[in-house]
Amino acid sequence: MNTWTYILKRILESIPILFIVSLLSFFLIRLSPVDPLAQMKLNPAISEETIQKETKRLGLDKPVIVQYGLWVKNFLSGNMGYCIDNTKVSVKIKSRILNTLLLSLVVIFFSWIIALPLGILAAIFYNSLFDKILTVLSSVGMAIPSFFFAVLMLLFAQKTGYFPIGGLTSINFNEMDLFHKIADVMWHVALPAFVLTTISLSSLMRQMRANLLDILDADYVKFAYAKGLSKSKVIIKHALRNAINPIITLLGFEFAGLLSGAALTEYVFQYPGLGKLILEAAMQSDVNLVMASLMIGAFMLISGNIIADIVLKLTDPRVRI
Amino acid sequence: MNFSDLFYKLKKDKIPFTAFIVLLILYFIIAFADFFAVYPENYSMRSLAYQPPSNIYLINKENKIVRPYTYNFIRTFNKEKLTIEYKQDRTKKYKISLFGKGYEYKLFGIIKTNIHLISKPDECNLFLLGTDINGHDVYSRLFFGGRISLTIGFLALLISFPIGAIYGGISGYLGGKWDKVMMRIAEAVMSIPGFYLLIILAGFLPSGMTSSERFTLITVILAFIGWAGLARVIRGMVLSIKNQDYIKAIKTIGAGKFRIITRHILPQTSSYIIVAITLSVPSYILAESGLSFLGLGIQLPDASWGNMLREAQEFANIIYRPWLLTPGFLIFIAVLSFNVLGDKIRDILDPKMIK
Repeated sequence: MNTWTYILKRILESIPILFIVSLLSFFLIRLSPVDPLAQMKLNPAISEETIQKETKRLGLDKPVIVQYGLWVKNFLSGNMGYCIDNTKVSVKIKSRILNTLLLSLVVIFFSWIIALPLGILAAIFYNSLFDKILTVLSSVGMAIPSFFFAVLMLLFAQKTGYFPIGGLTSINFNEMDLFHKIADVMWHVALPAFVLTTISLSSLMRQMRANLLDILDADYVKFAYAKGLSKSKVIIKHALRNAINPIITLLGFEFAGLLSGAALTEYVFQYPGLGKLILEAAMQSDVNLVMASLMIGAFMLISGNIIADIVLKLTDPRVRI
Repeated sequence: MNFSDLFYKLKKDKIPFTAFIVLLILYFIIAFADFFAVYPENYSMRSLAYQPPSNIYLINKENKIVRPYTYNFIRTFNKEKLTIEYKQDRTKKYKISLFGKGYEYKLFGIIKTNIHLISKPDECNLFLLGTDINGHDVYSRLFFGGRISLTIGFLALLISFPIGAIYGGISGYLGGKWDKVMMRIAEAVMSIPGFYLLIILAGFLPSGMTSSERFTLITVILAFIGWAGLARVIRGMVLSIKNQDYIKAIKTIGAGKFRIITRHILPQTSSYIIVAITLSVPSYILAESGLSFLGLGIQLPDASWGNMLREAQEFANIIYRPWLLTPGFLIFIAVLSFNVLGDKIRDILDPKMIK
């Protein structure tokens, strides 16, 4: 099977999963006794007309199955309805997705760049002092509750004044030129990214170390040594290539973990990402927004997994599915 | 491998064994939460909100070691700075004693007693770790909070693991169409970012529930998110086990499907399940505390480490009242110990991992 058919197959496979996700989330939310339009009705800024339009759009006067059908139809045509503050759900979600993607990509980039070399060194110098210190540090990194760490970082930002507190842009963002705009956003992303990187770094490093240790034990590595190759050549040319492959599969999981883990960090730093949006939506029982962001979250997670699988297929010729 | 073997191997490695002991101590303490606490869980001294920790003195003015004593704090309002200040009232000493009498409680809900580790005179306001905004004693609430934070994970596991194991077992054993459909459903549950689902389910819980109802529902929600991952792994293991000869032998004897799955296949996966349990407790603890931190989990006046940390959302609190952060360190210690212990148990039960 060539790469393109494989990609197509993976995409087709994910459709039934997304369908089940939509069923699950729709009925879970409908099971709760919350009136989906209760908040809208309370908001005096929203006209009676809009509410009636929403009632009709959601089919609230019809049975649940029909409501679900209508919802799917609307969703597929891009009509996700209105939030309780009368903005379009699709508009609100779009900007948040980009912010969350930005944060996730920064975190993935830095955690890989730091974790892989550290994991490799820890495996090469197995049981040395360096290895032991890294093991302790990574245990600590994995055990800190992300929100607690975020709060401590916020304290740090407040005390030193080196980093901005919350948000994604400074007040005078619109007056900046492009270069300063990018710098400003990066400056705001720095602390949330630091918190999330520390946490995902630890598990990634351990995985890399464990993989390389496994491979260093394999027969072909012993054979390479027996041939008289130098240690560096054996590790770089023979062991590393195989040790990295399982890590690529982790990329998908990591992305999933990031989406979840970022929610709390985003909340603490008031970072305008998808996680914070979904939290606000859940707290205000904003049904349209909740449904849409659940679907988008699932969609992002599945895409992350597919991308990881494709990368794995490209790098490892042994993968045949 | 039996448990005494496991324990023996665990004992040989100092760090994981320390983690094991730390966990034992933590669970011992929360089992006797009332004994260690100074005040009942809902006790609140509203006139002494945000009181700093009481100092304990062992040396008196004549430089002699005496029985520990403390002073009360007086709250004053500074009219120039417009702040509330606490000053020690040095006029009256209060002696503190060990194993004395305090409020009455029921040990394990049965034995009525009023003996506490630390006891103090009635009019003495002893707040070892200060108070929060409602004048709750942070020190006492650490024990009650721990009781919820450290047990909710295990309770959720008690629900999610049997479901995950049986679901994965059935799916793997039946194979074919059933397997496909069941695995798609499990994958769908896994495809929703876990914490999003958690937030939403908890956010849509109707308000006005009693605290025990809420506790139960939060546990169920945590379990609902955890079962799918386990089901997938168990299914994979069952696929390889079900073709072994002994299963064929049992089939020829005429055992039913459900019996084969629960009695003969799933026990083979037990060492994996033990490892998965110890490694997943921390994630449940973190999930509960995160949820409560957001205000969606355990609600006041009940204590949990997560909702105690809600106070840390206020800047003024983390800067001027650092004692409110103590639950965060306890979560850290508990999670760290579980991780270290879990890693060791995995090494012991899975010889492939040992280097």
